[in-house]
Amino acid sequence: MSSLLSVKNMSINFDTPRGSLEAVRGVDIEIPAGTSVGVVGESGSGKTVMCRAAMGLLQGSNVKRSGTVIFDGHELTAMSKEEVRNLFGSGMAMIFQDPMTALNPVRRIGSQLSEGLRVRLGMSKADALVRSKELLELVRIPNAAAILKSFPYQLSGGMRQRVMIAIAIACNPKLLFADEPTTALDVTVQAQILQLLRELREDLKMSMVLVTHDLGVVAGNTDYVAVMYAGEIVEYAPTTKLFADMRMPYTEALLDSIPKIDHKSGTRLAMIAGRLPDPTDRGAGCSFAPRCKYAQEKCHKEHPELKKDPDGHLYRCWFPIGVAK
Amino acid sequence: MSKISFWLQRIAQLLIVLLLVTFGVSLLLRLLPVDLATILLPVASEEERVALRAELGFDKGPIGYYLQWLGNFVQGDFGKIYFSGGTEEVSDHLKEAMPRSLLLMIYTQILALVIAVPLGVLSAYRSGRRADKIISNSLFALQSVPGFAIALILVIFLGVKFGWLPTLGYAPISDGIWEHSKHMIMPVISLSLGLIATYTRLLRADMITALREDYVTMAASKGLSDSRILWRHVLRPSSMTLMTSAALSMGGLIGGAIVIESIFATYGVGFEIFAAISGRQYIALQSSVAVIALFYVFFNLVVDIASGFVDPRTRDRRVNA
Ligand code: SF4
Repeated sequence: MSSLLSVKNMSINFDTPRGSLEAVRGVDIEIPAGTSVGVVGESGSGKTVMCRAAMGLLQGSNVKRSGTVIFDGHELTAMSKEEVRNLFGSGMAMIFQDPMTALNPVRRIGSQLSEGLRVRLGMSKADALVRSKELLELVRIPNAAAILKSFPYQLSGGMRQRVMIAIAIACNPKLLFADEPTTALDVTVQAQILQLLRELREDLKMSMVLVTHDLGVVAGNTDYVAVMYAGEIVEYAPTTKLFADMRMPYTEALLDSIPKIDHKSGTRLAMIAGRLPDPTDRGAGCSFAPRCKYAQEKCHKEHPELKKDPDGHLYRCWFPIGVAK
Repeated sequence: MSKISFWLQRIAQLLIVLLLVTFGVSLLLRLLPVDLATILLPVASEEERVALRAELGFDKGPIGYYLQWLGNFVQGDFGKIYFSGGTEEVSDHLKEAMPRSLLLMIYTQILALVIAVPLGVLSAYRSGRRADKIISNSLFALQSVPGFAIALILVIFLGVKFGWLPTLGYAPISDGIWEHSKHMIMPVISLSLGLIATYTRLLRADMITALREDYVTMAASKGLSDSRILWRHVLRPSSMTLMTSAALSMGGLIGGAIVIESIFATYGVGFEIFAAISGRQYIALQSSVAVIALFYVFFNLVVDIASGFVDPRTRDRRVNA
């Protein structure tokens, strides 16, 4: 299977007043064409930064990016900003966590939706509006004509997320980055949006990178999962394999933090104890060691390399689960 | 709350502001430890002064006096300026001075905005880099030079040394656009430089905040060019502070351009107020201040209306509030 997106040895540093902040450290990831890959981690694990950087959307004089990104045969990291921009919309697109802040508050839905069509596909204003209405219908928005004339704040959260999806798929992208697309929504709407994304992927033959902190979202919506922690990929496997036979203590802890259905209402979300390590000062050992219940002396001293099972399952741990020690 | 009742309430608020301001000025006049009639008519018989007191309402209490003044004011009678040889109508003076001040203010605003908006956009876009630093530092330097000093430098070079522009006086538009502009260029430049610095800084700050918003990244991910993102997506939601500041400075420019009006002998409303103070023409002062207050309130209302167009959220927030 050929890779649609291939990220090699990517590191992202932010210069901050407190020193250099390592947001992403040497990440390698492949997105095979036609698949959906989940990127899972707590907030601050670097998953959003990684996606934005892969697309070339990180701006600012304090950002340092290294590594290579190859998308659909183009080496993005060797191209100019303008050249990369030409791949947006029809090549890559992105949807964001909070559609309230990701839609321009002062412009009508119609103008935000038709803009990409006009700029990227060179459609006339009238054609773009006709197409915009079709796109809204495609994301199952009733009464599309009226919605085109609305402002974002006049819609519900679920509607706004549908609008954002419509904007992202407007130019038929090959790859969709979905950055926590359901986190800002309530549970029933979450399920509808995930359902919609599944259907659109099928219909438009679109690959997807689904970024989320919620392993529950990844199950059933992705083919592969990459688990990120402290800027690194710590586990990578086909989704079914990951759930059946995980290696990383961190992945296990993440799974345990999902609230179970049989929990009585009022039970608190089981969080992983402790916090992410300080991104300006990573220790020498395993990043997860301070919070890991399997941690041993070696974990605090030596940084584990990514290991590969014969079946391709990757993990970064000295004492992986389910492996004879 | 419906739209109409919102606006009625807003207008009522502004009217109350107007009444309070004008009453305050009126009260101050009455608290002066002098006999106003003696000041206005320094050489006159006691009978003439008694007549004046009755005519202007000085013989009534502060409220009675205010109501009488207000009654005249709303009918367009702004009172008189008293000379040894007779009187002149304040309204005639303001009729002369008002268009000068208004045009001065409008040109100044246009010039300031035309320069400040691109500078603000550019320095926000390049924030922390060289272009931004150059813009910020030069504006800071510029702002630390007072307007009258700039006016004098302009006079020395453009007026005296090269003789390109007249250094004094005013020409109405009816004298020809060129003649009119020649008299306006230097006062307008002197007034706008300080505003340019303020406006650029306000817009820069708001745009830098807006540039961090997700909708900017979203716009970029649609494949839009940076300039399209800046002008079409970021400028409008970032211009609220700038608009408010511009509106407030309009009122200030109408009444507050005293120094510049004096240097160039433009003789606008600012100069009228200055003349009223130095000539102790208290009635003229009271009415001129009232006129300026009217403009302040008017421009405030204009911004209220305009902000609904710039940011539709404010429109509905008002209605739903
Ligand atoms: S290397 Fe050690 S500390 Fe890190 S996850 Fe594995 S067991 Fe835990």
